[in-house]
Amino acid sequence: MAQLVKSTKACTVNPLKMSQPIGGALAFMGMRAAMPLLHGSQGCTSFGLVLFVRHFREAIPLQTTAMSEVATVLGGFENVEQAVLTIASRTKPELIGICSTGVTEVKGDDLKGFVQMIRARHPELDGVEIVQCSTPDFSGAFEDGWSKAVTAMVEQVVVDSRPAIRDARRVNVLPGCHVTPGDIDELCTIFEAFGLEATFLPDLSGSLDGHIPENFTPTTLGGTGPEEARAMGCAGSTIAIGEQMRGPAQALEAKTGVPFRLFERLTGLSACDEFIAHLAEISGREVPLRYRRQRGQLVDAMLDSHFHIGGRNFAIGAEPDLLFALVATLTEVGGKIVSAVTTTPSPILARIPCEEVLIGDLEDLEVGAKSGEADILVTHSHGRQAAERLHVPHFRIGIPMFDTLGAAHLVTLGYRGTRDLLFAVGNMVMHHRHHHAPGPEAWRDAWPENLPPGPFPAVEKELVP
Amino acid sequence: MTSLNQTIQDVFNEPACGKNQAKSEKERKKGCTKQLQPGGAAGGCAFDGAKIALQPITDVAHLVHGPIACEGNSWDNRGAASSGSKLYRTGFTTDMTENDIVFGGEKHLFKAIREIVEKYAPPAVFVYETCVPAMIGDDIDTVCKAAAEKFGTPCIPIHSPGFVGPKNLGNKLAGEAMLKHVIGTKEPPYTTPYDLNIIGEYNLSGELWQIKPLLDELGIRILSCISGDARYEEVAWSHRAKAAMMVCSKAMINVARKMEERYGIPFFEGSFYGIEDMSDTLREIARLLIERGADPELMDRTKAVIAREEARAWAAIEPYRARLSGKKVLLVTGGVKSWSVVAALQEAGMVIAGTSVKKSTREDKEKVKKIMGDDAHMFDDLAPREMYRKLKEAEADIMLSGGRSQFIALKASMPWMDINQERHVAFAGYHGMVAMVAEIDRTLANPVWQEVRRPAPWERAGDASWQDRALEDAAPDSSAKRPDTIPGREAA
Repeated sequence: MAQLVKSTKACTVNPLKMSQPIGGALAFMGMRAAMPLLHGSQGCTSFGLVLFVRHFREAIPLQTTAMSEVATVLGGFENVEQAVLTIASRTKPELIGICSTGVTEVKGDDLKGFVQMIRARHPELDGVEIVQCSTPDFSGAFEDGWSKAVTAMVEQVVVDSRPAIRDARRVNVLPGCHVTPGDIDELCTIFEAFGLEATFLPDLSGSLDGHIPENFTPTTLGGTGPEEARAMGCAGSTIAIGEQMRGPAQALEAKTGVPFRLFERLTGLSACDEFIAHLAEISGREVPLRYRRQRGQLVDAMLDSHFHIGGRNFAIGAEPDLLFALVATLTEVGGKIVSAVTTTPSPILARIPCEEVLIGDLEDLEVGAKSGEADILVTHSHGRQAAERLHVPHFRIGIPMFDTLGAAHLVTLGYRGTRDLLFAVGNMVMHHRHHHAPGPEAWRDAWPENLPPGPFPAVEKELVP
Repeated sequence: MTSLNQTIQDVFNEPACGKNQAKSEKERKKGCTKQLQPGGAAGGCAFDGAKIALQPITDVAHLVHGPIACEGNSWDNRGAASSGSKLYRTGFTTDMTENDIVFGGEKHLFKAIREIVEKYAPPAVFVYETCVPAMIGDDIDTVCKAAAEKFGTPCIPIHSPGFVGPKNLGNKLAGEAMLKHVIGTKEPPYTTPYDLNIIGEYNLSGELWQIKPLLDELGIRILSCISGDARYEEVAWSHRAKAAMMVCSKAMINVARKMEERYGIPFFEGSFYGIEDMSDTLREIARLLIERGADPELMDRTKAVIAREEARAWAAIEPYRARLSGKKVLLVTGGVKSWSVVAALQEAGMVIAGTSVKKSTREDKEKVKKIMGDDAHMFDDLAPREMYRKLKEAEADIMLSGGRSQFIALKASMPWMDINQERHVAFAGYHGMVAMVAEIDRTLANPVWQEVRRPAPWERAGDASWQDRALEDAAPDSSAKRPDTIPGREAA
């Protein structure tokens, strides 16, 4: 299990991390007719917008309170109020999700109080859910922002009721931000096969799956409706995917009494087995033939791919939950992790099956990949420069994937998703195999003492207490 | 902040800007920044603008002093090309955390500069100030000064907190930082009477390199391009140029004007987009250089090159003219492109169904009128539904716009092409115009449009399309007759 260390550098070089507010905004985008709103200067929104447009290749609803210098100093109530009113009248949303940013948190704007005041002053907004959460840019990362926004929705939207009889067929699903729209589609199919009816909070598969809309609405299209979220207390149980969703799952349980089961990952054979067994248990149904076959396919895929993934050196940069899923799955077929870099502390990091996990940036990953002689780099699209310099293939996963088509449809969970992930990674390694092909001189000076030292100094780092 | 406020006031008081000069003293004080509407604004902040303007300087380390959002959410997202160093594509940030907010980020910044100098040895470090350090009062001027003295590497403070205004203001603040700290700090090894500055060209998709061979052929040296494919030292010695061309409307007018004032470098505003604009630009460059002492025979050579290149470009466009003639274009862009691209499209025989003038100045609008006639369809910002209606009513065959509005066209199964900064094809100069025409042709001729408009098997013949239904829902009292087909549907 991993030793957690963090870089002691003063200067982050080639960031792996993105900020909390846009993680929160993405969570709100999984709600029907929603408009996420960042309380900050207009650039905060503009950067997030461009990032998501390039990743999803979709129109993205995201607004700003457009804080000026003066408004920032004096406090942003008027801006938040005006933004909410403008959005309500212009785009007729069912939900407005407000995330704070660094600058408004430094000022100390009280978003919760603001929303209460807006509610009191504008009864005409009663039909619109207004959810707020505190997501300063200067702490946490994308994953944390997502988690906080989902917790906020649980606390502020879900109805506080404990029905006498719960519907065992209904399941609440709380996916982490690493679960793609394609992953959610896959999960839906699995739930349906067990006769379960799932409510996803949030559901990006409805809103950012690249479908052709039937409207010109400027808010999200598809996604979970507020009334579905409100009724989550009636479900028989909750499934949370990723350690980041423990907070929202606990909040949901505290509020409604619906018990939860947290799956740290749904990628990899053992993880999928646990998940499928759980579904069989809560549904009372036999595992459908389809998944028995898919399991067989995955086992075969593991056998076939271990020749190519086994013994290969991987350098992986991802947010904690995605990193855990990737490292665990790849090491299960013999992959060797030479560098694992992540963005933010999380309890899951200690459980990652490799020697060391570094909270750092893509420069650290590059240095680790170089000194560990990585065969492949696995990280989001910003790893492309490092992969080029290292002359290794680059498997793109995570957000952003701005130079890849179909980022939203990359499926890596379930038996089938794991199978496809192993094939894709294995193929990439296999196709770059020629780098390792021996030549007539390859073995002449091959003993370690003749190898030149690496040009990069080791990463300076310290243990995380 | 006082000095930043002074700089902003100074920038707002731009005498070379006609729009600004037409204002009263009081109006001018308010600045050019329109008050943004919370909940209804779109567009980048001043930091975004400053970074756009300076990041193309390739060998500099661009260090963003702020929390992770400013750099982490946005780095390496533009296609400015480099012929040398790739350092400009490396993302540097102090990634400010709670400790910095409480204790101040100055020491952190100083250490970050040291790490960059030690590891990457750049000729200079540009330090961008964002909202949070501006708010907590980090004195980045002093840190930069101390770091520059200690490490012997110029450290340039760029005051560009996002909350002071929009992208355009950020461009100008970046220019002010160059004027104050960089321009005039070095001397070129030699000068010639043919030394030219190009200001406001960012070499996106390598567009500068579509122009440079022509200038090379004419013996004109780009002494400094601010900032496309520039080296730090080139910007530092740009004050020795004989003339300057200012590209892209008003983004860096303050740099051009102040360099004229301080160093006597005359400038003109030109465009590389469109065949005739390109020729005008070359003639104007030659004229200004001759005025400053270049041999008058330069003009003859320039005219010969123009004649040759125009002939080649027309010949290359000719095969497309037949295919594109009469095709209607809806332009949704802004500023200088509202007219510079219009001329180019007309050259290809296309008809402009409308052009947006959202970010355009009064002169821009005048130019649109001059080129398109008084009945030019000009419109301001469009809501998605309106944009689609325009596409339909104007019976446009293709929409040219920036990446943000692409989905309105695409979701409506209308041909669309990117003409803003995110695009990957270079459209400058004579070659660029041929490339643009070829690209439009390729887009229009793609059989995908017919394929994607094919109704699903469960739709009955005669059913209205969802677009029509949505438009009808939005305007129930509209008596306008609904055409039966989406325009462009029959386009081959």
